[in-house]
Amino acid sequence: MPDTAVIAPEAVQTAQWTKKDLLGLRELSADEIRLLLATAESFREISLRPIKKVPALRGKTVVNLFFEPSTRTRTSFELAAKRLSADILNIAASTSSMTKGETILDTIKNLEALKVDIIVIRHAAAGVPQMIARHARASVINAGDGAHEHPTQALLDLLTIQEKKGRIEGLQVTILGDLAHSRVARSNIWGLTKLGAPVTVCGPPTLMPAQMEQLGVTVTFDVNEAIRHADVLMLLRIQHERQEVTLVPSLREYRLRYGIDRDRLKFAKPDVLIMHPGPINRGVEIDSSVADGPHSVILDQVTNGVAVRMAALYLVAGASNGGGAADE
Amino acid sequence: MSAQSSSKSEQLRVPAGAIFVPASAREKAKLLDEDAIRRALVRIAHEIIEHNKGTDRLALIGIRTRGAVLAQRLAKEIETIERKPPTVGALDITLYRDDLSRIAPNPVVRATDISFDITDLRLVLVDDVLFTGRTIRAALDALIDLGRPVAIQLAVLVDRGHRDLPIRADYVGKNIPTSLKERVEVRLQETDGKDEVIIFGAEEASNA
Repeated sequence: MPDTAVIAPEAVQTAQWTKKDLLGLRELSADEIRLLLATAESFREISLRPIKKVPALRGKTVVNLFFEPSTRTRTSFELAAKRLSADILNIAASTSSMTKGETILDTIKNLEALKVDIIVIRHAAAGVPQMIARHARASVINAGDGAHEHPTQALLDLLTIQEKKGRIEGLQVTILGDLAHSRVARSNIWGLTKLGAPVTVCGPPTLMPAQMEQLGVTVTFDVNEAIRHADVLMLLRIQHERQEVTLVPSLREYRLRYGIDRDRLKFAKPDVLIMHPGPINRGVEIDSSVADGPHSVILDQVTNGVAVRMAALYLVAGASNGGGAADE
Repeated sequence: MSAQSSSKSEQLRVPAGAIFVPASAREKAKLLDEDAIRRALVRIAHEIIEHNKGTDRLALIGIRTRGAVLAQRLAKEIETIERKPPTVGALDITLYRDDLSRIAPNPVVRATDISFDITDLRLVLVDDVLFTGRTIRAALDALIDLGRPVAIQLAVLVDRGHRDLPIRADYVGKNIPTSLKERVEVRLQETDGKDEVIIFGAEEASNA
């Protein structure tokens, strides 16, 4: 393990995780984010073992409650829970009683009656995980709510930056693409700025929310300028499924103006990291030559996702134990 | 697992207006000093080599945090004697603790760093204080999940007694009979700035 000592141990020793839920990066302190990342760094090694399992959450039950389609996030949470020896149920909204008219709170009450410990939830409406967290005794982990937050995605991005660059503080990060519909961008902006990395956002004006500067980022519409100074370039997916009206004339035009291909990468620093939360649209926001190229860390992000979700499950499970202090 | 450095918690414990008592007066006794710790480790290094007839297929596994430091030191002593270093790894047992569902918040997890296959090796598990034996039970489970060693032996700097489980050490720096109310603390240069083993009295321990 060459990179276990990236985070100053003294910062981790003083931090404690006391929150029942993980809802977003906005409400976390920099120390809490560092503790999550340090814990995830420790968990990364478990997935490299021949026996990829530790007994830490033996006897805990986790529910994946997904009201939006998801493969990688759901699978990643499922693997994370299994590698910690928790039991996990997968409930997709399309096959649940929600289709029979049950309200979301009734669904949650029923899950609690089944003695579930942790609820991992994704919903198309912003604020649903927060609402559930207020009503449920179980821990709630937000796996994406509307265009609001996707905390574990931002954490795995932070972990990947830290792994590849050795630090986060002081790095210039550019987020390029559909800012308007991106919960990944929001969570990353909160996380990166808290850890001291200046963020620039860039994208088509129709996909750039008004007053974006209030989040403490620099807004530019000049792609080459946005790329030039970046240590990290995060690309966002063009989310056709979320757009009610067409906000870009065509995918081809998006590709020509904002897509990252080999030619455009010539404007970037030689050691730039290319990140993408997936699933990638090859030939739209990212060209295959870049996605499969030497700068891309897209698959490292996927690997780190499991470690980050193990850390999130482990920490929220501990906070709701309600027991006493550790034995000496 | 030994308690962490006590200075911070002691400061917090002093009530407002209390008469200041220097920390040295509340430490019941220094059980081992720097030289005594070094001699104990040199002796254990010799015993490990003798008992295992050399260092072939031998690896030291230190339990984080202070056991890992002691394993590194033992490895250096063994290298001095045998002119070749044994393999060393560090094990974090947090995820194997038997009290995880009872304590809140969950303790900080540190990385296990064993970059070699332990199958068919002779392992010497190293920790600072042997007390209830629960840490060692967790460490044995953790090791078995990593492979199938030929044998696992146990080396500790201090054995303070009061076992909850049928576990004993193969190599002991010093046996120290204690009362359950007392607290034994190993401090090492690498983690605490100096080498010493301290025993705290019942009064301090009850607040710990």
